[in-house]
Amino acid sequence: MIERTPILNAVTHGLMLIGLVLAALPIYIVFVASTHDLHAVNQVPMSLYPGTHMVENYSKVWEKSQFGDKMLNSLIVAVGVTVGKVLIAAISAYSIVFFRYRMRMVFFWLIFVTLMLPLEVRIVPTYAVASNLLDPFQTILGWTGLGLKLPEVNLLNTYTGLILPLVATATGTFLYRQFFLTIPNELVEAAKMDGAGPLRFFWEILLPLSRTNMAALATIMFVYAWNQYLWPLLITTDQSKATATMMLQKIVPGPLFGQPPIWNEAMAATLLVMVPPLLVVIFMQGYFVRGLIATDK
Amino acid sequence: MDQRATFSNLWLAGALIAPQLLLVFLFFYWPASQAVYWAFTTQPPFGGTNDWVGFQNFQQIFTDRVYWNSVVVSIIFAFFSTSLSIGMALLFALFVDRQLKGYKAYRFIYFWPYAIAAPAVGLAFRFIFAPDAGFVSAINTISPNLWNPAFNGTDAMILIVLANSWKMMAYNFIFFLAGLQAIPRALIEAAAMDGSSVLRRARDIQLPLLAPTLFFLLVINITETFVDSFGIVDITTGGGPARATDLMVYKIYSDGFKGLDYSMAAAQSIVLMGLVIGLTFIQFRYVEKRIHYK
Repeated sequence: MIERTPILNAVTHGLMLIGLVLAALPIYIVFVASTHDLHAVNQVPMSLYPGTHMVENYSKVWEKSQFGDKMLNSLIVAVGVTVGKVLIAAISAYSIVFFRYRMRMVFFWLIFVTLMLPLEVRIVPTYAVASNLLDPFQTILGWTGLGLKLPEVNLLNTYTGLILPLVATATGTFLYRQFFLTIPNELVEAAKMDGAGPLRFFWEILLPLSRTNMAALATIMFVYAWNQYLWPLLITTDQSKATATMMLQKIVPGPLFGQPPIWNEAMAATLLVMVPPLLVVIFMQGYFVRGLIATDK
Repeated sequence: MDQRATFSNLWLAGALIAPQLLLVFLFFYWPASQAVYWAFTTQPPFGGTNDWVGFQNFQQIFTDRVYWNSVVVSIIFAFFSTSLSIGMALLFALFVDRQLKGYKAYRFIYFWPYAIAAPAVGLAFRFIFAPDAGFVSAINTISPNLWNPAFNGTDAMILIVLANSWKMMAYNFIFFLAGLQAIPRALIEAAAMDGSSVLRRARDIQLPLLAPTLFFLLVINITETFVDSFGIVDITTGGGPARATDLMVYKIYSDGFKGLDYSMAAAQSIVLMGLVIGLTFIQFRYVEKRIHYK
């Protein structure tokens, strides 16, 4: 910055270059591997120049495992989670910040605590709920001694089942709350004085002001939902609802043992799975970084 | 915040928060309490209501060598991948923060890996480090099976540590860079005026001021490695060879869904939950309160 440090500058550039290679080389290797034929991809070490079989490999993968459908499923889930999260988090934070009632801090903490335990550690019982959504209520009804029978709602192999548990976290609520608390009181009072009710205030003043936050939240939720693996793996047995990340498991034979995978096709599939969230992050760079830092901290 | 101007339509307030509360109840509180219930009961072999067994399930997992193996494996995994990813990210963030020519391009690409799904990362690394293809297997020409994650537990562990660190490095980098940029420029300029070198400033000003970020990332990274590493393990090693990479979260999955032993899986979930809660508590207690330099 201020002084001349030619040697250190050279070292800095050198190290940054190493970092660049570390970050980008695996992605590049995946790309190159997906352009070779089976013989070339199994050379050790593999040639780092792209081969000529790109179109062939991708069309093969695309058809063989109906990748188009899987990508579409992933997209539906990712968009569903994103929209659901952006909406539900906004209205719940609005209720907590802009209304006064006794339970609101209790509610806030009830929601906030969910940040602590990610889906993975309570995966087995969550699966049980998804297989019969109304079972919690049925059990509670059972305690009251009423002989009421609720219908069974099975969310396995449905988009709803893929989406809802991922929406049930506190990530966005907290983000909105922090932002809502910075809204000056005068704005609320002015709106009230002009005769705006709570819904109108929310819709015409608060939401337009939250646009940056919504974009930030949407970016990280899209990436988060697209990259989900364990949950879709558990609750979809029906191939028509399988997501793209799940296909990676189907495309290679059992972990490390047995037959070596058909690497060029496996890498083509890997790249297909990588690209959508990567594009989102590249184009929404600023929002992504902002969202990550604002929601996790 | 108590002096905020607010609305008073309570029905509306309730209606607005109801969807979130309902979801949280159905997919968080109920499953979490179910896990506790299952952990203290066992299912009779022919159905019916669960029998209360107290701490028997816990006793069983704590006397199980296979379980302790997964604990040890998880700790090794957490230790190496956390130190590797935090160390590298810190180094790169310090250098990028010098803002030499072209730093924006580097910064731009450094956080790409975080956008990539864990199983995709796993598969990419499995290829690069494959024993019979890719690149690393080149060293097998020196002596056969010098590198083979399919048979050698240490190799398999190295593989998942590298894959996980690659992804987490990008995440840590974002936070370190944000932390560094929050340090007032004037402070560093003043130190430079006093004649301190770049490295001296990094050691005496930037690193101490980064302490809160560092501790935050430590906790997050350890939690993530314990909880969120399923994708990488499942696609690369599947817990093998010979359970060398059988992480706690992977074992819960295989006991619960492959072994169909809900009580055992639930007891393990509770242990993991306790661990995560403990880590979060440490974060709130010490990181948020103690480490304030401003």
